[in-house]
Amino acid sequence: MSLPQRFLDWFSLRGWAPRAHQLRVLDHAERRESVLLISPTGGGKTLAGFLPSLAEITARGSGEGIHTLYISPLKALAVDIARNLEAPIAEMGLPVIVETRTGDTPHSKRVRQRQKPPDILITTPEQVSLLVADPHAAHLLKGLRTVILDELHSMVTSKRGVLLSLALARVQALAPEAIRIGLSATVADPDALRAWLVPTGAEPAPLVLGQPGAKPNIRILSSVERVPWSGHSSIYAIPEVYEEIRRAKMTLVFVNTRSQAELVFQALWEANDDNLPIALHHGSLDVGQRRKVEAAMGEGRLRAVVCTSTLELGIDWGDVDLVVHVGAPKGSSRLLQRIGRSNHKLDLPSQALLVPSNRFEVLECQAALQAAEVNAQDTEYPMVLKMDVLAQHILCRACAGPFHPDELFAEISSAWTYRKLTRDEFDTAVDYVATGGYALRAYERYAKLKLQADGTLRLAHPRLAMAYRLNMGTIVEDEMLKVRLAHVKRRLGKRVVVGGRVLGEVEEWFVSQLTVGQTFVFAGEVLRFEGLDEFGALASRSNDREPMVPSYQGGKFPLSTYLAERVRQMLADPAAWNGLPPQVKAWLSLQRFRSVVPKAGEMLVETFPRADKHYMVCYPFEGRLAHQTLGMLLTRRLERAGMQPLGFVASEYALVIWMVRDLSLAVSSGRIVLGRLFDEDMMGDDLEAWMAESALMKRTFRNAAIIAGLIERRQPGKEKTARQMTVNTDLIYDVLRTHQPDHLLLRAAWDDAAEGLIDAFRLGAMLRRIKGQILHKPLDTVSPLSVPILLEIGRESVYGEGHDALLAEAANALIDEAMRLV
Amino acid sequence: MSRSHRITLSGVDFIPDLSGALFAPEFGALLVADLHLEKGTSLARRGVHLPPYDTRESLLQLQAVVGSTQPRRLIFLGDSFHDGAARERIDASDLALLRAITARAETVWITGNHDPEPPEDVGGIIIEEMALGPVTLRHQPKALREVEAEISGHLHPAAAIQARGQRIRRRCFIADARRLIMPAFGSYTGALSVRSEAFEGLFGDFHVWMIGDKAVHRFPAAQVR
Repeated sequence: MSLPQRFLDWFSLRGWAPRAHQLRVLDHAERRESVLLISPTGGGKTLAGFLPSLAEITARGSGEGIHTLYISPLKALAVDIARNLEAPIAEMGLPVIVETRTGDTPHSKRVRQRQKPPDILITTPEQVSLLVADPHAAHLLKGLRTVILDELHSMVTSKRGVLLSLALARVQALAPEAIRIGLSATVADPDALRAWLVPTGAEPAPLVLGQPGAKPNIRILSSVERVPWSGHSSIYAIPEVYEEIRRAKMTLVFVNTRSQAELVFQALWEANDDNLPIALHHGSLDVGQRRKVEAAMGEGRLRAVVCTSTLELGIDWGDVDLVVHVGAPKGSSRLLQRIGRSNHKLDLPSQALLVPSNRFEVLECQAALQAAEVNAQDTEYPMVLKMDVLAQHILCRACAGPFHPDELFAEISSAWTYRKLTRDEFDTAVDYVATGGYALRAYERYAKLKLQADGTLRLAHPRLAMAYRLNMGTIVEDEMLKVRLAHVKRRLGKRVVVGGRVLGEVEEWFVSQLTVGQTFVFAGEVLRFEGLDEFGALASRSNDREPMVPSYQGGKFPLSTYLAERVRQMLADPAAWNGLPPQVKAWLSLQRFRSVVPKAGEMLVETFPRADKHYMVCYPFEGRLAHQTLGMLLTRRLERAGMQPLGFVASEYALVIWMVRDLSLAVSSGRIVLGRLFDEDMMGDDLEAWMAESALMKRTFRNAAIIAGLIERRQPGKEKTARQMTVNTDLIYDVLRTHQPDHLLLRAAWDDAAEGLIDAFRLGAMLRRIKGQILHKPLDTVSPLSVPILLEIGRESVYGEGHDALLAEAANALIDEAMRLV
Repeated sequence: MSRSHRITLSGVDFIPDLSGALFAPEFGALLVADLHLEKGTSLARRGVHLPPYDTRESLLQLQAVVGSTQPRRLIFLGDSFHDGAARERIDASDLALLRAITARAETVWITGNHDPEPPEDVGGIIIEEMALGPVTLRHQPKALREVEAEISGHLHPAAAIQARGQRIRRRCFIADARRLIMPAFGSYTGALSVRSEAFEGLFGDFHVWMIGDKAVHRFPAAQVR
């Protein structure tokens, strides 16, 4: 398709020409084909998505109903895109009306949008569900021609994407002519996205590739300081990171967790002799404060921002010319995505610096660097078939009007995500929505869905639609409490605490472990906890430099399977060690001398005595979550084998278990066979038994219960008196498990835990991988490779100078022992 | 049943049970507070369908402790039924189980704020408060007269202690020399920290008996957070 003349004029007026991939997307759209565009940031991706719609609306005329739905994962991104679209529309003089609809859109505007819909509606996934739940949805969407899905790669791996896929199936039923244009960053498996985009059974959407950008220039910080053996603080490298910030125009400093962000921010300010404007940005900060930081960035008033994944997506915040990644990036695609935040101009290479926070992370950073060089991708596969999400969507469908179960089943099965849904599972979900799905039929009288004479199901009461609108969505936050700055006054000799402005929100569990007077880091300051009032937590500024309560919680993302494989290969190949810093290379060489370095396919198990205990350390490199589960299961086995295990600690790379009995002896005497100990069959009854009791399961159950609508979300301003109205989901979980262990929600919670927090799938794959590949090395004492994990014992939740000094003292003895030659 | 702890009030010994019930051997009396039967189904009208098994779970626990203590008297300290319509909603098999339990002992239903008029057809008699020897039993704790001692429920006490860097929170009995407040027995009942405002002024130097997984543990006030 050739572009209309005024489009071409607009391009040439700017000295541009339409790019090849933009024209190819246009071609597919003209043939009414869905299409997937994969292109790096800065490649004119958004415009490629919009061009077909702009051309078509110009041809057909404005005001014919919603022509295009543009779906973006972030509210802020939606607003930003609408703004960016205004320019070309105005400059070309196109008769196109663009509006946004997000959670913030006022009711009056929504009503107006229904009466006089815009040509292009820019919105978020949740809003699409709300749109199709509207009884007028059919009318609103009847002229729909195009659905554009932005940042598709980031949406499909979560329950948001699963819910969106169901809403889109509904959109398709109402507007069968509409095509979908998916816009995505580079992913590991484009075919999955191509299939995701179209109805089950249809030809996968054709793939259009954008022009690749210049190769990024990535360095690993080669510190003159000693790289720590373990821990995650990266404090050792702060002076060097600060130097980099000084040299660059604008730096983004990415970290993996909120508490790391706080820590790095604080340390940078302590080093900030030049008073550079350095800001902090993470999801727990007050929204107003975050917007201020973003605005300052856009205006080029900042020199650096320390941030978490909150600044990972989309919006162009200004002239970032350096990305620093503190801590290992955990995955190649995550690294590339974050690096892409610098230099939004395609022809210039992005500049990035990796700062490993410990020695294993040096290996991981090296692996990530090599992976990025060959542009290797390790994004997750799209998430499919979630029963809690299905339940929510069934209620959504009922809100729009009566439906026939046969038709809804067909419609839902047409979503690629639910192509394997059985009729049985569907009926179970419908029964759950109607009456809770209990064997004890307590709710027949109170059913939410009523069967009509014509075989359709109807919502029992309009009030339920209201409840749906308040509770829908798949993002379940930890219970959060507001933190307010408190002013302490003396009144009649009494200490009175008065709450002031809101600093942000913090997880409720974190506050629950604080006592008045304890200090912690939040919003870049050391705060003193002053107590709770009805609005949340109160805290005053503290003069302490060291917080008393650590808040590090371990990495949020596990090491990707792909990077793990690369790390194992690097470890196995001494020739590859030449690229590593000397101190790390020396460490590995000594490991080869004192113990052994496993081959790429092998898993090393070391056993040794130390201070009247016996240790077993293994190195699967499968991430902390999978190792924790492995530790739990192995401990049970060792217990049964009479080895008297005392404890275990898991890291991203290794697992250590210590016990009373001598494991080296038990193995050499044949009493314990390691191959049997690590046998895959531990994934059976042991796993079931442990998971059922695990606190992690209670967490995934709570999430599933909220998504599936079993319990209502806390509505701001409508906090219920806790004791009377709400029932704690832990109590519900216990009772349901006793009386109906096969209930839909328990199965949903189990699936989520196995995929996520417990990482059972990955553990299972690992156990299969190492079958017959266990390399056992009995030793007289600790090995160099085992030092980092041994240092984690008893310090997992500790950081800060004071603690570190103590630990260093204790640790030095250990390191000396491990590194002593002979 | 854990018989290692005794709470003495006006010379009468009481044994806190792991289930959350309290046994008075001298009187052969088993005390149970805040059952909240049919709490699970109480929000049904609003379309909230919680698993309706809380009544059964609570009754099975009750049946077990009645079996192990063999009381002559079974005394409920109020809020036994979550609301006035609980009797209509209770499943037939659960109702039969409740009647079987109350048939095994002389049963007294003390009224509570949730059940000012508990059902009359589930066995036993209904009263507002009663005396067990020198000790008054009632639903809500009151200001005590000079020599009065009292056992009540209503507040659903829970206590937290710090151990090895972890904070452990459990339902508990709380008592000083004259007053004892029982934990809520019902399987869907939440709990309120004994450090919260509602407990202010009720106790002098108290202890708590926290209900662990396998045993009841006693802690002095100083250790309770």
